[in-house]
Amino acid sequence: MVNLKIDGQNISVPEGTTILEAATKVGIKIPHLCYLKDINEIGACRVCLVEKVGMDKLVTACNTAVEEGMEILTNSSRVRQTRRINVELILSDHDCKCVQCVKSGNCTLQKIANDLGIIDLPYENIADVNRWDFNLPLIREASKCVKCMRCVQICEKVQGMNVWDITGSGYRTSIGIANNKKITEADCALCGQCITHCPVGALRERDDRDVLREVLADPDKITMVQIAPAIRTAWGEGIGLSKTESTTGKLVSALRRIGFDYIFDTTYSADLTIMEEGSEFVERFTHKDQYSWPMFTSCCPGWIRFVKTQYPKYVKNLSTAKSPQQMFGAMSKTYIAQKLGVDPDKIFSVSIMPCVAKKYEKGVIAVDDTGHGKDVDLVLTTRELVRMIRADNIQPSDLKEEEFDPIFGEGSGAGVIFGATGGVMEAALRSAYYLVTGENPEPDSFKSIRGMDGWKEATFEIKGLKVRVAIASGLGNTRKLMEAIDKGEVKYDFVEIMACPGGCVGGGGQPTQDGCEFAEERGQILYGLDKFADRRFSHENKAVQLTYEEYLGNPNSHRAHELLHTDLEHWELDMIK
Amino acid sequence: MDRLYMKSKDRAQYAVEGLYKDLERRIVSSPAGQCPVDMAAAFLRMCHAQSCGKCVPCRVGLGQLQNMLEDILSMDTNVDLSILNRLEKTAKAIKDSADCAIGIEAAKMILRGLEGFRDDYESHILNHFCADNIIDKRQSVPCRGGCPAGVDIPGYTALVHAGRYDDAVKLIRKDNPFPTVCALICEHPCEAKCRRNIIDAPVNIRAIKRFAVDNCSDVVSIPEKMDDTGKRIAVIGGGPSGLSAAYFLAIMGHKVTVFEKRSQLGGMLRYGIPSYRLPRERLQWDIDAIAATGIEFKTDYDVKSDEAVKEIKENYDAMFISIGSHNHRNLGIPGEFAKGVIPAVEMLRGIGDDAMPDFNGKSVVVIGGGNVAMDVARTAKRLGASESIIVYRRRRDDMTALPEEIEGAIAEGCQLFQLKAPSEIIVNKNGNVKGLYVQPQIAGEADKSGRPRPVDADQPREKIMCDIIISAIGQATDLEFFETYGIPVFKGNVKTERSSVVDRVQGIYAGGDCVTGPSTVINAVAAGKVAAANIDAYLGYNHEITVDIDIPNPIVEDKKARGRIELKERYASERGGDFGEVELPMTREESLAECSRCLRCDECGFGSFRGGRIEKW
Repeated sequence: MVNLKIDGQNISVPEGTTILEAATKVGIKIPHLCYLKDINEIGACRVCLVEKVGMDKLVTACNTAVEEGMEILTNSSRVRQTRRINVELILSDHDCKCVQCVKSGNCTLQKIANDLGIIDLPYENIADVNRWDFNLPLIREASKCVKCMRCVQICEKVQGMNVWDITGSGYRTSIGIANNKKITEADCALCGQCITHCPVGALRERDDRDVLREVLADPDKITMVQIAPAIRTAWGEGIGLSKTESTTGKLVSALRRIGFDYIFDTTYSADLTIMEEGSEFVERFTHKDQYSWPMFTSCCPGWIRFVKTQYPKYVKNLSTAKSPQQMFGAMSKTYIAQKLGVDPDKIFSVSIMPCVAKKYEKGVIAVDDTGHGKDVDLVLTTRELVRMIRADNIQPSDLKEEEFDPIFGEGSGAGVIFGATGGVMEAALRSAYYLVTGENPEPDSFKSIRGMDGWKEATFEIKGLKVRVAIASGLGNTRKLMEAIDKGEVKYDFVEIMACPGGCVGGGGQPTQDGCEFAEERGQILYGLDKFADRRFSHENKAVQLTYEEYLGNPNSHRAHELLHTDLEHWELDMIK
Repeated sequence: MDRLYMKSKDRAQYAVEGLYKDLERRIVSSPAGQCPVDMAAAFLRMCHAQSCGKCVPCRVGLGQLQNMLEDILSMDTNVDLSILNRLEKTAKAIKDSADCAIGIEAAKMILRGLEGFRDDYESHILNHFCADNIIDKRQSVPCRGGCPAGVDIPGYTALVHAGRYDDAVKLIRKDNPFPTVCALICEHPCEAKCRRNIIDAPVNIRAIKRFAVDNCSDVVSIPEKMDDTGKRIAVIGGGPSGLSAAYFLAIMGHKVTVFEKRSQLGGMLRYGIPSYRLPRERLQWDIDAIAATGIEFKTDYDVKSDEAVKEIKENYDAMFISIGSHNHRNLGIPGEFAKGVIPAVEMLRGIGDDAMPDFNGKSVVVIGGGNVAMDVARTAKRLGASESIIVYRRRRDDMTALPEEIEGAIAEGCQLFQLKAPSEIIVNKNGNVKGLYVQPQIAGEADKSGRPRPVDADQPREKIMCDIIISAIGQATDLEFFETYGIPVFKGNVKTERSSVVDRVQGIYAGGDCVTGPSTVINAVAAGKVAAANIDAYLGYNHEITVDIDIPNPIVEDKKARGRIELKERYASERGGDFGEVELPMTREESLAECSRCLRCDECGFGSFRGGRIEKW
């Protein structure tokens, strides 16, 4: 243990602890901007400066290890003066139009500047000029970038994609696309992890609410919204509702207040996905020599983009089943329209997703099969949903528990856990077991594949057949797994991949709180919903059963193939469509 | 009324001159990988500030050049490529019309830049970012960046400071299996851009390394060998390059055989460097560690026909040629075949095998200005020469020998005759050397490298009487049989790619002096390292060399200007007569002070963001 004194308090911490961590332990807060634990400990912003008594140079608390006998002052006059000037300098290199910024109210820089009470700036503003195509799903506003390097680090260290890099040098140092490429050529998966780790509003998704506003005002349009499982775990964060208060029922209520005509649940189509993908797996598994192995899930568009650019020879291994979003889109303008007795051409199909890549996915030309325009017309992230609720001044306290519209708001617990890493696999195994044996397994039989490990594996026995499965989340982990598969070091039958660490709950379209990772906690909420669900098997979803009975026939039927499967080889990677 | 005053400086001028000194040191340690156009703009700004303001081209023109550079660099302005034309025309006009060097040379800098990094200019205009070619040139740790072998210098400096000498040696060996040799004789290119220079002077890196090898255990264990691959690799030549490649390849699990022409290993380290600089037992310590990897050595094995090369190639999966550059060059002046004219390489080679020539009471002239010339001049003194005279056709400042070697030679009583070009060797009737005619020279115009060319001065030639003439004017590579075998040769050396590959299909690699011509030990080591990695890859493997050593955190303290600690030497009068080591080790107190001068660029600045530590290769 190392003994030191911070602001007069004697403390004792393990060797290797940083001054910032040591201070936090005794309740002393040191403001910091660029620091992101384990990812970005580079002391770039120089905001977390503290004074080591006896030293002229101030030291950064975030990446300086404690030393025996050290005496630290976090608010000496020198610290106060220097910290303030450094923040003023950052602000002078930043587009400070906070009222026009999506991050306002949740911006680390804004909070630091406000706390310091900076009213006017003595420096000329030198913020970069924006040179970005604002039609892209992923937007970088150079004028707001504080060059903290977090995006570079998260993309490199966690996602292993190296899309971002430092560009230029000296005074003109900025962040750009690695190797002088354009973002559209950089193999970006559009996972959005750079967005969720940006401390300011320099990175964001394209905001598509304007499109929705117009459609909502159009009396000839029928708006139909689906909400992804992961939304229910996070939407309340942005409007001040606690985890227990932000129920799915209140979310439905909010969407109804916004004015959607029909409010449905992506969980329905997640169950549909399981029927298709599970059946596909059983078919492939019982005709092993006709297919390439392992079979991969295909519901994450970030992963699709990844595999198409990084491991294209494995595209044929992907399940041909569409993602729940696209299955819902396909059904919305066919069976659902028929069931509701409405003109499919009038339907405007909206999906709310925890994801940036979903904005790309809905635009893929090859994914549309209904013949009524785009299968999914618009994708909004959870953050855009929160903005809509706030823009309409919907008071959280007014929200009542409301039901989804019948009948496509029905989803099983298996569909709900799609939002957490391992969830798709678990749901698929539950139904595959049923498909093979004709009886249901214990719903929790496959729970060993839950949890936050980046690469999980297990072997299950179904009717004497051994099924080797693996699950990866985060593209860095995914690359490791793909390398091992490619080298023949590991052998699996079925592999689930989610581009974001922890799965969709940790998605790039989710609300953020600087320095906090919520994927695990949100995943727990989904497993809780599953635990207490009336039905925990996709094949028991009544709406799904009815869909097959009345419309599709059987899973993998001709019609199911037409509407619910896609040829991923034909998916183009263009970001704007 | 006083007519004249003594010149004096006011406070402001003192301060500005101090700033110039600071800037000089800063420029010396300029980090690599900075935007060249931005640097050109910054240089130009300073040049402009130096303008007296009298003449239009300099006063106005340099400012307009700056404006154009600013437009090119700015994200906010859109300019097209025609601006380069205007920039060039304006610079040429300034060069041709400014009244003094302040303006002329500033404009020339811009023109040189337009030639040297035109693609970067164009990239800024077209794309608003630097050209591809500067990407990844950034060196977060200047010393490691400057070291050809990429040794983790801040890492071992921290370990030496912590008293962990064995770990320091192990860390060095990750990239360089010759820690002792380099501790004693490395030319330390690592120090050139040391960031400490911005504060006062570079860290004495070699001295710190020396403290590690002086104080480590008698045996410092080598890394565990990786699984046997069954692959056989032939290394031809047991010098620093060959032994480095052999060491790493052996650790990677390959079976390595070193073929060495001479009776002992070490190449130029043994047969070129005198023991007062590199005592034999210190060299042997490194070689013993290298040998502990289980390399097979075939000494006294001369590959002396193309058939022999072919036979080796056929019996091994890959071959590394590292035969060094051991042939002497002819002086090309009358009388050079007289008795008493000795090529330096031959003399040193003999000494390497303990055959000491007798120079007792003889007057020796050494021709040359490189480190080898200093080595033989100082050796001649030790062998009893009454006089040891170094004759060099350029100026002392133009010598390629390290300044400390030149100083050492002079301190030990060698004489230095600068600007004397040997023109004829005087031979007596018995065919023995009697003396040397030299033609006095004058420093002329600079050549391409910036060194002034020596030209004959308008003075008569001079006579230097002597008994022995040692020529140390460079070496040549003996590639006769290799060339016949089919190894490509360029300018007298083996032609390779930067990967050290000679023939990718057959797995033939080469490195060291036989590729570069006579160079430094650390360049040879680096070539061995590069070849080892690429031979491993050629054989279908990706063995990674790493070492599991935790590096101490930087100490949290101010880095105030303080003196660099230099290694001391034995008194010239005492050391000049023996072959004992000249240099004296540091004390622990000195090592602590010098280690704490290290700024730990691995953990601060760009190093804390990227590339601070390269853990494996």
